[in-house]
Amino acid sequence: MDKQSDPRASGAPDPRASGATPLVELKDIRIAFGGVQAVDGVSLDLYPGEVVGLLGHNGAGKSTLIKILSGAYKADSGEIWINGEKASIHSPRDARRYNIETIYQTLALADNLDAASNLFLGREIVTRMGFVDDAKQEAETRKIMARLNPNFRKLSEPVSALSGGQRQSVAIARAVYFNARILIMDEPTAALGVHETAMVADLIKELKAQGLGIFLISHDTREMMELCDRVSVMKNGQLVGTERVEDVTEDDILSMIIMGKNPKRDAA
Amino acid sequence: MSDTDTVPNAAPSGQRPADKAPARSFLNQLELDLRLLGMVGAFIIVCVVFNVLTDGRFLTPRNIFNLSIQTVSVAIMATGMVFIIVTRHIDLSVGALLATASAVMAMMQTRWLPDMMGLPLGHAALPWLSILAGLITGAVIGAFQGWLVGYLTIPAFIVTLGGLLIWRNVGWYITSGQTIGPLDETFQAFGGINGTLGAQWSWIAGLLAAVVAVLALWSARRNKIGHGFRVKPIWAEAVVMAIIVGAILGFVAILNAYEIPSRVLARDFAARGAEMPEGFTASYGIPYSVLLLIAVAVVMTVIARKTRLGRYIFATGGNPDAAELSGINTRLLTVKVFAIMGTLVAISAVVASARLTNHSNDIGTLDELRVIAAAVIGGTALSGGIGTIYGAILGALIMQSLQSGMAMVGVDAPLQNMVVGTVLVAAVLIDIIYRRRVGGK
Ligand SMILES: Nc1ncnc2c1ncn2[C@@H]1O[C@H](COP(=O)(O)OP(=O)(O)OP(=O)(O)O)[C@@H](O)[C@H]1O
Ligand SMILES: [Mg+2]
Repeated sequence: MDKQSDPRASGAPDPRASGATPLVELKDIRIAFGGVQAVDGVSLDLYPGEVVGLLGHNGAGKSTLIKILSGAYKADSGEIWINGEKASIHSPRDARRYNIETIYQTLALADNLDAASNLFLGREIVTRMGFVDDAKQEAETRKIMARLNPNFRKLSEPVSALSGGQRQSVAIARAVYFNARILIMDEPTAALGVHETAMVADLIKELKAQGLGIFLISHDTREMMELCDRVSVMKNGQLVGTERVEDVTEDDILSMIIMGKNPKRDAA
Repeated sequence: MSDTDTVPNAAPSGQRPADKAPARSFLNQLELDLRLLGMVGAFIIVCVVFNVLTDGRFLTPRNIFNLSIQTVSVAIMATGMVFIIVTRHIDLSVGALLATASAVMAMMQTRWLPDMMGLPLGHAALPWLSILAGLITGAVIGAFQGWLVGYLTIPAFIVTLGGLLIWRNVGWYITSGQTIGPLDETFQAFGGINGTLGAQWSWIAGLLAAVVAVLALWSARRNKIGHGFRVKPIWAEAVVMAIIVGAILGFVAILNAYEIPSRVLARDFAARGAEMPEGFTASYGIPYSVLLLIAVAVVMTVIARKTRLGRYIFATGGNPDAAELSGINTRLLTVKVFAIMGTLVAISAVVASARLTNHSNDIGTLDELRVIAAAVIGGTALSGGIGTIYGAILGALIMQSLQSGMAMVGVDAPLQNMVVGTVLVAAVLIDIIYRRRVGGK
């Protein structure tokens, strides 16, 4: 993990005010599937040590937007800037090269492989002979899982034999194992129990303190208010607005989600 | 495996009291693959039943020798078909591609090289240059079909159905429809009966294989212990080793028990201008073709289990989207998988044409069905992501045993095919039921 912690990590009132370069800038991103304009001119930014929440109704375009950043989809138009430089992300491999790690809503696990093989998929540990070092991978998996889900024991079974929450733990472990600088979490706690959810919340705070930038998607407004620095709301592919959590109430966010506008801003 | 996976660090290194150990059955302790046991069991039943029906003619060294060399060609291709089916594709063109590769190799050694490059018939380089040409042909055609599937996204079923018609007739054009032969003598050595190790070398090879197997098991165990993982009890390890060593040496002993008929020996002596000593005997031993199959099996198993390529093949079969999102180039992977299949088809073409001692146009006909059936009987799931190399080889062996056994018993050819068809469907049904019981996919 990236041990060098960022001075702006916590406590700084607004990283944007300090004139720092954003870790990520999404500029006027658009993508359509057939006739559906899934993402319609959305711009977002993310600073080191910051958690930006993405909210919106089902089908608002949240997953599609972050999949453009993670290289799963290619935007029809718009630009991605990383560390103040224009980035070209055409595949998940490109995204990994920019240290972008993603927990997909669908988890993206190969059901027939065990937890360790999934964790290291595409980045296997190999021996000097070039063979996959399964024992080493399993040992590493054991270490990281001990931090995320200490009850996790089914290391050598295919992940199809795991519960929804255990599968989610594997997906989270995969994203945090590889020194991510930018972490995308699409509903990471959807299948988790109370205890495991709390552990993920702690993990998010820890990673944030280490200076990672995190995009977090969730439908749990309260959780978002607690974990995020800013929240962005999407509706029908468009960005309704981005607010600092201390400037808004949960109700404001709900009305942004439902009505597509911020009542306070409109009143002002 | 259940949640007994981790050893508590505090566990004493000495013997654990028996009553504290979790209740694990004898078979469980051996950690043998249940599916493998099932297939071996099925194979043994088939052998015993036919042995009874043929009054002991089925399990003679001679018949086991023949069974081995008849299985090789299909078994080699079946290992490649595992990768194809695991990645959720199919290859219907293997029989036809075998004919094309065989035609290329036959023409190389009898016409093209002698006529165009002036190498005389019988020249030592002929068989090797021919095999090289055959392997390149198989790999290139396989890669091309893989490119059509992976990059142009034409379903493999269609690409290889087209290939089934195309490559058989390409083979026909290469030879103008003629049977080409006899093939080079060295080349023929890959066919089976014309190329064997003899008793002494067979024993050496068998012992070597046994040592390698034991060392491999031992180093795997050491590696596990090194990482603090639970290992099976030492006696269970010893039992598994004993079974493997016994199987290897038993197989060698059986093949060595098949003696070369004395008239053949006498002819050999006569050819060398010598007199055969009274009472001289010699055994065939392990055929080169069987060694080739073993080599292919080892390499393919290592690829499947120990290399990134293999990991990506299985990941892609399990969840293509996840593989893609993990940065795996699944299109290129498809090309590689089909290229491997094509190469293995060419190796099988060497064995098949060498066994017949010539190339004929109908070589490999219906092999696509035998190969797919072998892989599927061997536990390869058509839904993708699941399959083993040893399973496919056992599948090929079971099918060949059924076919040869029925022929020996005197079952009519049409009925033979009906039985094989039934077995294929039943095997898949049993596999589905087994997986439902064991859980998972
Ligand atoms: N691969 C695709 N092909 C066609 N349409 C798609 C595809 N992916 C998403 N869409 C469409 O784009 C829109 C946005 O989908 P998206 O998955 O981004 O929503 P979301 O905000 O993540 O919703 P949820 O909260 O349900 O996860 C939807 O109308 C969806 O139907
Ligand atoms: Mg979504």
